[in-house]
Amino acid sequence: MRNIWIICRKELHSYFVSPVAYLLLTMFALIFGFFYWNSVGYFNQVGLESQMRGQAFPMSVNEYVIRPLLSNVSVIGLFFIPMITMRLFAEEKRMGTIELLATSPVRDLEVIIGKWLAAVILYATMMLFTAINFAFLFRYGNPDWKPLAIGYLGLLLQAGGLLAIGTFISTLTRNQIIAGAATFGVCLMLWVLEWVAGYETATWAKVLAYMSVITHFDSFSKGVLDTKDAIFYASVIFLGLFLTSRSMESLRWRS
Amino acid sequence: MITVKGLTKRYARTLAVDHISFEVQKGQIVGFLGPNGAGKTTTMRILTCFLPPTDGASNVAGFDVLEQPLEVKKRIGYLPETPPLYPEMEVREYLTFVGRLKGMSGSSLAARVGEVSERCAIADVSSKLLGKLSKGYRQRVGLAQAIIHNPPVLILDEPTAGLDPKQINETRELIRSLAGDHTIILSTHILPEVEQTCQQVIIINKGKLVATDSVHNLQNRARGAESVVIEVEGRDSALDAKTVQHRLETVSGVSRVVFKETLNNRSSFEVESLQDRSIRGDLARAVVESGWNLNELRPTAMSLEEIFLQLTGAEQAGAAAPPPVEAVAQGRES
Repeated sequence: MRNIWIICRKELHSYFVSPVAYLLLTMFALIFGFFYWNSVGYFNQVGLESQMRGQAFPMSVNEYVIRPLLSNVSVIGLFFIPMITMRLFAEEKRMGTIELLATSPVRDLEVIIGKWLAAVILYATMMLFTAINFAFLFRYGNPDWKPLAIGYLGLLLQAGGLLAIGTFISTLTRNQIIAGAATFGVCLMLWVLEWVAGYETATWAKVLAYMSVITHFDSFSKGVLDTKDAIFYASVIFLGLFLTSRSMESLRWRS
Repeated sequence: MITVKGLTKRYARTLAVDHISFEVQKGQIVGFLGPNGAGKTTTMRILTCFLPPTDGASNVAGFDVLEQPLEVKKRIGYLPETPPLYPEMEVREYLTFVGRLKGMSGSSLAARVGEVSERCAIADVSSKLLGKLSKGYRQRVGLAQAIIHNPPVLILDEPTAGLDPKQINETRELIRSLAGDHTIILSTHILPEVEQTCQQVIIINKGKLVATDSVHNLQNRARGAESVVIEVEGRDSALDAKTVQHRLETVSGVSRVVFKETLNNRSSFEVESLQDRSIRGDLARAVVESGWNLNELRPTAMSLEEIFLQLTGAEQAGAAAPPPVEAVAQGRES
């Protein structure tokens, strides 16, 4: 446990002393701000129109603003995840510092979890910026906080899985660009897999669609905590970290 | 302290380390000598549990590197070929991080960081970024990192590479001062470094162990008693090897004459001198005055450099070429 925290702190340190973290946070804040602005603007427009027609119907902030925004965040996240994970192992391999970690009395798994945890924490920090925007909804409206909390949980779980896969890909190369590009490709594929379900109903299509990380987010964005989806994300995290540890071990046998 | 038996490491196509066995006693400094690509780094990486061996057993500080790597890792300090530094960290931060990684914490760690910085002469850069340090400082931070947790075994891969002569001396001094409490293996291809810092030498080449001896013995072979090969030819009559041998034995300063062979009326001998005596001039005179021809007179005692080159097979022809006979016959000192 202690070793995990030592590694995690070191990783966070290198995220935050370099421009990496600030660049990611700024870009994310800008993009999300734009999405938020559009979403709230649309909500106001619809609200105004329905009032003008004289037949105002009840509108939920959760339903019209928070839910689509959370879904958007889960997609925007796909683009940021490669940038978070690409350096994790690739840089250590290139700088030779992996030799320090591998010859110190820490287990491979502690190194892996420490690094992954740092990536999750950076992602969670990004999520904090969305919370600033949402805070205004609570100030001027009256949304329900529980679906939002579950939505955040879903985002973290989804990101945790993709970050674990990114961590794994980062162990495969000493070139950060390659690690980043490959992770981006995998993230994108895991997103669009669900499209096959649109025109095909055979079993293989269902399996492919099930593997898509996005479909499992639907329930979370609705504010429903579905164990099936939570378990799916947990398995992705486990698989990613497991592959990373295998890869670390094979690194020793190959290098 | 370190026992290596039949250590073998095979990469996909190449055999990097081929059945190496050696032992290092506690408190010794051992020089690991070999040309580039000899398998030094691979052996060190196996000893530090970075690489698993293909075959063979190695035991470091009482623990097997394959069975109990965590216990071994606790007891070693390792300076890889390129110091493992994070460019975005400050020196003190970095040493603290490594200390934590090795299981230290709190005020004892802080004190140790200061102590080690002092010792490795990096205290003046303790709040500089590692990425901004010069090569010499980087190397010394690497050394500081290796000794931070005061490990009983130190494994240093070319600790003086890239340092200027003054820093090299300081580093050697530092390494020597660590001996006793620490068992040290250091790899190098610089011979004087071994002569100055190490008590024991392990020479490897192309993955094979070529020689393991104490520096003292090697130096004796190199400096102490002179040893020459002499070839004598009968001039007019047939040569009697016995007579020649007796004559050579009477030359002053000669301790031993070993007959080697007779071929075409030529006999060759190996002659050893007493300690610190130069005998080549007297030998040449004795042979010539007895009416024989002196065909060859060649010193066989080699400098460590020559021993090394010969053992590792590099430039063998150049290093072992006999000096011209006349030159040797005229001057007693060469």
